[in-house]
Amino acid sequence: MSSPPPRLVLDGLTKDFGHDRAVDDVTLTLEPGEFFCLLGPSGCGKSTLLRLIAGFERPSAGRIQLGDQDLSGLPPHRRPVNMMFQSYALFPHMSVADNIAYGLKGIGKAAVAARVADLLRLVRLEGFGGRRPETLSGGQRQRVALARALAREPKLLLLDEPLGALDRGLREETQGELRAVQRRLGTAFVVVTHDPEEAMMLADRIGVMEAGRLVQIGPPAELYRRPANRYVAGLLGDVNLIPGRLGPHGSGDDRFVETAHGPIQGIVAASLAKGAAVVVAVRPEDLVLGAEGLPVTVTETTFLGDRLRSTLRLPDGSPLRASTRSTNAPIPSGSETHVSFAVKATMILPA
Amino acid sequence: MTWVTRTALMAGLIFLYAPILVLIGYSFNASPLVTVWGGFSTRWYVELLSDAPLLASAWVSLKVAVLASLIATLLGTLAALVLERQRRFRGRALFTGLVLGPIVMPEVMIGLSLLLMFIGIGLDRSLLTIVIAHATFCTGFVAVVVAARLRGLDRSLEEAAADLGAGPMQVLMTITLPLLAPALVAGALLAFTLSLDDLVIASFVSGPGSTTLPMRLYSRVRLGVNPEINAASTMLVGLVSAAVLVASWLTARQENR
Repeated sequence: MSSPPPRLVLDGLTKDFGHDRAVDDVTLTLEPGEFFCLLGPSGCGKSTLLRLIAGFERPSAGRIQLGDQDLSGLPPHRRPVNMMFQSYALFPHMSVADNIAYGLKGIGKAAVAARVADLLRLVRLEGFGGRRPETLSGGQRQRVALARALAREPKLLLLDEPLGALDRGLREETQGELRAVQRRLGTAFVVVTHDPEEAMMLADRIGVMEAGRLVQIGPPAELYRRPANRYVAGLLGDVNLIPGRLGPHGSGDDRFVETAHGPIQGIVAASLAKGAAVVVAVRPEDLVLGAEGLPVTVTETTFLGDRLRSTLRLPDGSPLRASTRSTNAPIPSGSETHVSFAVKATMILPA
Repeated sequence: MTWVTRTALMAGLIFLYAPILVLIGYSFNASPLVTVWGGFSTRWYVELLSDAPLLASAWVSLKVAVLASLIATLLGTLAALVLERQRRFRGRALFTGLVLGPIVMPEVMIGLSLLLMFIGIGLDRSLLTIVIAHATFCTGFVAVVVAARLRGLDRSLEEAAADLGAGPMQVLMTITLPLLAPALVAGALLAFTLSLDDLVIASFVSGPGSTTLPMRLYSRVRLGVNPEINAASTMLVGLVSAAVLVASWLTARQENR
């Protein structure tokens, strides 16, 4: 491709199905060559957003712009984007090679054959061109679907739950492959997934969706460490929540929260007024057990190989979950200890 | 299966098929008297082949069935595509009713209304009018068969084709129709057998020189049943059964996919 890769701009994109708003005022700019993940539970509108970009749904409001081209009014077959479907949607009445060649037109037979061979090599399926899709394993079908979606050199590739139909072991291997293919081609990928681990493993940036809205966009570490609210914090991983009110002390982001267990110091997420109802959010791996901090009772400890998972109880009976290195000596159930939180790992979020 | 259910099943099957088996048996009767067994013979099949009016009617029936099933398959498939792929349009419920109506409408009424229409527009009754009439009442059946298959077809296959640059017509020709092929054949065979069997509607709309086989058999029977009729009926049963078997085999195969 001679022209520089274009960037995708979604501007106020909205989609209503009758009275239900599936996608609500989504504004997003995707950088060329970026690997972007849309993360959210089922029904949050992430697949609808993908279908809007592909052209299978017409937006109720808003614009989709790729480079200087407005895609909003174009039917799917005129858009320079391609999609890999969750079901793979391989044509059952065609061979693997014919599936991959389906979108290749007007370049001559020899060029088509060469391109198909290249793509089969890219997804490590050399020699499978003559096979029928139904004779392939799940992982092989997934790779055929990827090769077919890449055949037309799309400026943007959309992937709907690309690993959703694979077993766990194959999934991890395929995540790495998908990432490698994306790096090699430099095509922007937009992946829809409900699996936070998958999103963090794959994406340069993640967009978290809730009820049709894009609630936070950022690199995986930022979303994990600095979530904008409780929803994002809980979606990306396990988190302990302690309710309280934002106190007057502290400077900048570094503030104190008045809780039932005394003041807790942490980093505040947004500009919150003094006295606002907040929650202190701490990841289980950021709990430090030892001589300092709040008194707790250990109720249960489970050995999980690389780590120990403990359930603690605060004096008022509310539970905390802690995850510590398994090389530490396990603390027997029923024993009393103290728990403290590193200030930098303690998030103060709106309640 | 207990002996009770097995007996009930046998009784049901006998009730349904014993008359046909008797008919087939007597078609090999050497005696010209229908109810008196005179030994095994295929003479009535030989006589059948020299019965010019009967053969002419069989030829009419065959032509009508082929043309009517082709037209019904085309129209029925189009109707099914609209019913299954255009989810929302004004008058959708009315359209559904109109397509499927002839399935439940009494044949006498269909025959009579078509006859009145042909007279009204001044179209002389002929082979053509039978073809039109049969195509009309078979279209609904084809639409049902094709729509069922379409419903089971993964919508994302057509979307994937569109996504890969195929316009609506190309999607239809390269993806939808090839995947529907078994249902199209099954629908066509169903229409073929329905047309081949029809007596009532054809009686209303046929003209001189276009007497179908069921009409010919019926008029002969009114003068008395003879073993030649049994032989002709047996061949008709054989043809229809073969078509139905092929249609159901195709349907079963596509469901196993």
